[in-house]
Amino acid sequence: MDRTTKMKFPIPEDELLYSGHTACPGCGAVLALKYVLKGLGPRTMIVIPPSCAGTISAPFPFSSLKIPVLRIPFETTAISASGIRAALDVMGKKDIHVLAWAGDGGTYDIGLQALSAAAERNDNIIYVCYDNEAYMNTGIQRSSSTPEGTWTTTTPSPYLKDTPKKDIVRIMAAHKIPYIATASIGYPPDLIKKVEKAKQKVGTKFILIFSPCPTGWRYSSELTIKVAKLATETGIFPLYEVEHGEKYYLGKKRPEKPLKEYFSLQGRFRTMKEEDLRRVEEKVRKEQEYLGRMAG
Amino acid sequence: MKRVISANQSVSYAVLSAKAQVIAAYPITPQSSIVEMLANFCSTGQLHAKFINVESEHSAMAACISASVVGARTFTATSSQGLALMHELLHYASGLRLPIVMANVNRALGSPFNLKADLSDSLSQRDTGWLQFYCESGQEVFDTIIQAYRISEQILLPVMVNLEGFILSHTYEAVDIPDQVQINRFLPPPAPRDCLDVENPCLFGGTTDFYINFRYKMHQEMEKAKAFCQECDSEFQKTFGRSYGLTQSYLCEDADMILVTAGTIAGTCRVVADQYRKRGLKVGVLRVRLFRPFPSEWICKALQHAKKVAVIDRDFSPGCGGIFAQEIKSALQGTRVSLPVYEFIAGLGGKDVTDEDIGGVVEQTNQTPEPGGVTWIGLLK
Amino acid sequence: MKKRYSVKSLEEMPITAISFSTTEGNETGEWRSQRPLLDSEKCNQCGLCWMYCPDNAILPEKDSFQISYTYCKGCGICAKECPKGAILLVKEKR
Repeated sequence: MDRTTKMKFPIPEDELLYSGHTACPGCGAVLALKYVLKGLGPRTMIVIPPSCAGTISAPFPFSSLKIPVLRIPFETTAISASGIRAALDVMGKKDIHVLAWAGDGGTYDIGLQALSAAAERNDNIIYVCYDNEAYMNTGIQRSSSTPEGTWTTTTPSPYLKDTPKKDIVRIMAAHKIPYIATASIGYPPDLIKKVEKAKQKVGTKFILIFSPCPTGWRYSSELTIKVAKLATETGIFPLYEVEHGEKYYLGKKRPEKPLKEYFSLQGRFRTMKEEDLRRVEEKVRKEQEYLGRMAG
Repeated sequence: MKRVISANQSVSYAVLSAKAQVIAAYPITPQSSIVEMLANFCSTGQLHAKFINVESEHSAMAACISASVVGARTFTATSSQGLALMHELLHYASGLRLPIVMANVNRALGSPFNLKADLSDSLSQRDTGWLQFYCESGQEVFDTIIQAYRISEQILLPVMVNLEGFILSHTYEAVDIPDQVQINRFLPPPAPRDCLDVENPCLFGGTTDFYINFRYKMHQEMEKAKAFCQECDSEFQKTFGRSYGLTQSYLCEDADMILVTAGTIAGTCRVVADQYRKRGLKVGVLRVRLFRPFPSEWICKALQHAKKVAVIDRDFSPGCGGIFAQEIKSALQGTRVSLPVYEFIAGLGGKDVTDEDIGGVVEQTNQTPEPGGVTWIGLLK
Repeated sequence: MKKRYSVKSLEEMPITAISFSTTEGNETGEWRSQRPLLDSEKCNQCGLCWMYCPDNAILPEKDSFQISYTYCKGCGICAKECPKGAILLVKEKR
């Protein structure tokens, strides 16, 4: 890197991800990984279950990450991180960060038991869930994170998902862990600040990163950042932090754009009707009220 | 020093002596007292280990795997349902070539529900790439766990030490626990190996079409493991004055009939063999201690002069029969195809295998000209 | 990363799948069906294109940025997010 430049970089410069990885063009998940690794630095170990990230980490004998990686069975993301933490602690290497990295399928569904257990033990790990709202790596099947009314390959029209997106933040808040944050690839400096905050704390830290997926959400790849930002600007994905399950800190961005702007960009919401939009508007309003109350 | 302890407690003392560093614990009868005692050792500071109270056996093995990839010496214990639950992870552990040691207290798999001794749980895991030992006494359990750490850390394959539920786990005997200096001499700290290391990052467990090559390397190691286990046992003899072998023969050299079994049934067989010897029938007993890798050469050697063999399985593979019987018939295929193998299934679900039962085995084997399928002992009329 | 293993022979393989090479040899630029062109006159060095590139294919170069066509997959995020319209997407010629 040319140090004579007058340029100021909006986020840390060093990359911990190699080019040549096989993420889809415009992938939100790999952006989440890129930013979190910048926030944590090279003294980090990561565990990755089968997922988009697993595939992106590259097949043997390659790796696309500059840090040590352990690929683990699907259900075990949280406990695998806890195991690494235990080993590092007993061997006296307490300054190394342990990063559990799973998608929404591996967190909200199959990995929830182990995650709840790690949170209850308050194991000193950073658990990041990059949320692309379906099992994308296996071909866009619905997860409990898929929003109501969404097309996926296992909720094809007219049998679109008919239950709301599971509220993982409320679930994690109930465990009273030291730090929870929602973040988005649309706002990398905010995301990295939250990662830096998390790494200062001891105990279980949970960060949910909104990670749009052009392949699964059916939009043209250049819109990834725009879609991410719109989710927050319309109130679909509010940015906030929770400490010890009780203290809420809301991000500055309040909903200011109409929901239609967010939904109209994505093919997975193609069959959405007016009454569905009304329903979501009501939900967003209620959620904003709830967050306002919690933040006091 | 000698302590009067249960075989479960022997496991805990062995793990303490081996200075395990990460222990994953989840309760299941009849294993729970193993992890309870280890929790005690950790809380009093006798054992400097991280003790993780996990929420399922599946997570227990996952914790051992990831801790082991960082280079720590790990341990967990389980039985039947718990062992079955961690099945996928057993494959994972051996595939990653990790030196994990686990105690399995043999218990029947439901349904129907049964808490007592039955070897089907661990035998169902025979294809997972773990070495398997079957013990007969609390002393052997202690000694085998110490050996297991040395073996696993040398060949980089995980080892399962089996002991029967209640019959061994909950019965007390005088067990000699060698002093730590001797243990340290036999079991040094683990040698360096490829690990997760921020100074030298790599990716463990990637996707690969070279899969068959890794399986072949595991096969090569398993083949070498037999000799290594024998060697380790001989070294153990030199250091502690005790050894067990991969198989244990009792009066097999001149026996016309050899009873083959695993675990505590062997003890009863020896008593019955002595009774029949007095009556002029030359009976011998072969206890199989190492099951994976299967010590075919050792077994064929022990059976080489026998005229008849009776295998007593405290296990059952539906649609097939006793698992030890199948493996033994398979082993004999190469050398003594014509040696008749009489198959017996007994003691499932902890049913007591008495000297009368074994007497029945001897009588039937002696009187029947040819083996004819599997005989089940102890059924209702 | 350690280079003492290789996949050339059984002997040289590690005992389990331990990856010892990076993905830098994989030229994902071959995937492109559209190519971004950066006009450095219009560029204000805000760094947003560098920040938002999922493939780290936009690299700082003196007082501006350079697109690495070895890796650029042509997703178009840089063109979309550039506040100065300094990046133009054109059809990739093959």
